[in-house]
Amino acid sequence: MRRRRPIGGLLVAAFAYAVAVFLLLPSLLVIPMSFGPDRFLRFPPTGFSLRWYAAYFTSSDWIEPTLFSLEVGLLTAVVATTAGTMVALALVRGRVPGRAAIELLVMGPVIVPTIAMAIALFLVFDRLHLVGTLFAFVLAHSALAMPFVVFTVLAALYRFDANLELAALSCGASRLAAFRHVTLPAIAPGVFSAAMFAFIISFDEPVISFFISDLDRKSLPRKMFEDIDYNVSPTLAAVATMLSALTALALIIGFLARRSTTARGPSA
Amino acid sequence: MKRPSRFTLGGRTYSPAASLALTAPFLLILLLAFLLPILVLLRESLFVPVPTLANYARIFEQPAYLRILLRTLRIAAEVTASALLLGYPLAWLMANRRGWRLALLLAAVLLPLWTSVLVRTYAWLVLLQRDGVINQVLSGLRLTNKPIGLLYTEGTVVMAMTHVLLPFMILPLYASLRAIPAEYGRAAQVLGASDAAAFREIILPLSLPGAASGCLMVFLLSLGFFVTPALVGGPQQKMLATLVQQQVTELLNWPFAGAIVGTLLAVVLVLVAIFNRLVRLDRFVGQS
Repeated sequence: MRRRRPIGGLLVAAFAYAVAVFLLLPSLLVIPMSFGPDRFLRFPPTGFSLRWYAAYFTSSDWIEPTLFSLEVGLLTAVVATTAGTMVALALVRGRVPGRAAIELLVMGPVIVPTIAMAIALFLVFDRLHLVGTLFAFVLAHSALAMPFVVFTVLAALYRFDANLELAALSCGASRLAAFRHVTLPAIAPGVFSAAMFAFIISFDEPVISFFISDLDRKSLPRKMFEDIDYNVSPTLAAVATMLSALTALALIIGFLARRSTTARGPSA
Repeated sequence: MKRPSRFTLGGRTYSPAASLALTAPFLLILLLAFLLPILVLLRESLFVPVPTLANYARIFEQPAYLRILLRTLRIAAEVTASALLLGYPLAWLMANRRGWRLALLLAAVLLPLWTSVLVRTYAWLVLLQRDGVINQVLSGLRLTNKPIGLLYTEGTVVMAMTHVLLPFMILPLYASLRAIPAEYGRAAQVLGASDAAAFREIILPLSLPGAASGCLMVFLLSLGFFVTPALVGGPQQKMLATLVQQQVTELLNWPFAGAIVGTLLAVVLVLVAIFNRLVRLDRFVGQS
């Protein structure tokens, strides 16, 4: 016998769906506007044009920060994922001296407000004349992204059946060989999605980038910040649309990658 | 963090030396890009040019700065409360849906979470500015004859910040609500409780740890939030992060900026310590 659904539950559900729409709507509204032909953003747009996309792709003011952010993002993904995976392995498999301190340190950049980190980094990089350098960006973003890598890889390691690694060791494999041929392939999807998240964190990072950019070298978020602050131009709508599309794509890939880890896990 | 024993490979763990080597790159990066810079900044606020607490006293003595500090705390509280009110029903719905409906709702939460804060803040500006979408629609419907100023009010700042931070409230709430076995609610109803009573007596108390971590997360992120208040708010809505930015980029007053950051860090650490206590107490009570 099916109970009639109470009116209260329906109201709560309706409210919840409205919140979901509220979450998505602002970014979705920008998409049609980015294809408008007008000099100022209009809703609804009066026609269809790719002029603001053309404006983005032909302007070195936009392309240079984009390429710089891509470079920083890719390097950050490599550095943060390598260092983060290593520390996750040590936490799960190792006898780490000062484990509590390391676990606390992993939480550090998550708990400390980014503005505090940004100001501190700006002070130090300014004194060392490192502002606006690739090194400064990659170092700062790696520190910011590593906690997320550690959490993601830890989760993948917990899902992985350690007996497989033990079996490899019993069969005479070295630690390194067991990791390379047994553990790494099994946690690879987790490591891959960690790298993806590290890339997005770096590529979208606005606060630290705001401070450690200089006039010659700035990241895409810094350029966007300036543009929003001084002239809300339709070019930005085109950039925002492309970024949303990329984020959706990255999320779908990351989701599929993680699903393949669970699917391969022994308990799933 | 829970660490099941099977991961220690039957006692065959990495040696301390190997473990330390594995943590070395992580430690080096966090030392250079996290710990040392913050210590240098705090040193600046306390010891430059001579040991002093004057920089900290200035925040609390000058009414203009004290007002910004109190406003930051107030806005953070307002954002946290709004996020809880908006986020709880959505988290509850997610916990009670399966299949494609759940996937759709999850996408509605995760997509904004991973979309650039700048993109989302920009979307709000597009909606709210003088010739923005809302004003265009209102005048199109002939409801208003001149644009109304929607930006640069505390309400707008709170709304935009709530929008940006809402996923951080929803995800822990969803996790704690989904972990509640469905039998609990059914058992309550079999025993005669109404839906509302079952929710109030069973679901709500069990979801409190999730609500607490969501609130902590949103409150902490609001306290140090830079992008959205800086772009959506005006001078009347200035928060701590914008104050620090001005001290640094316009006045080059590192000692005072360091004192503001130090105050912010103190508030954050106290809150995290209290939270740790509460949640641990909660678990303790739950087990006994």
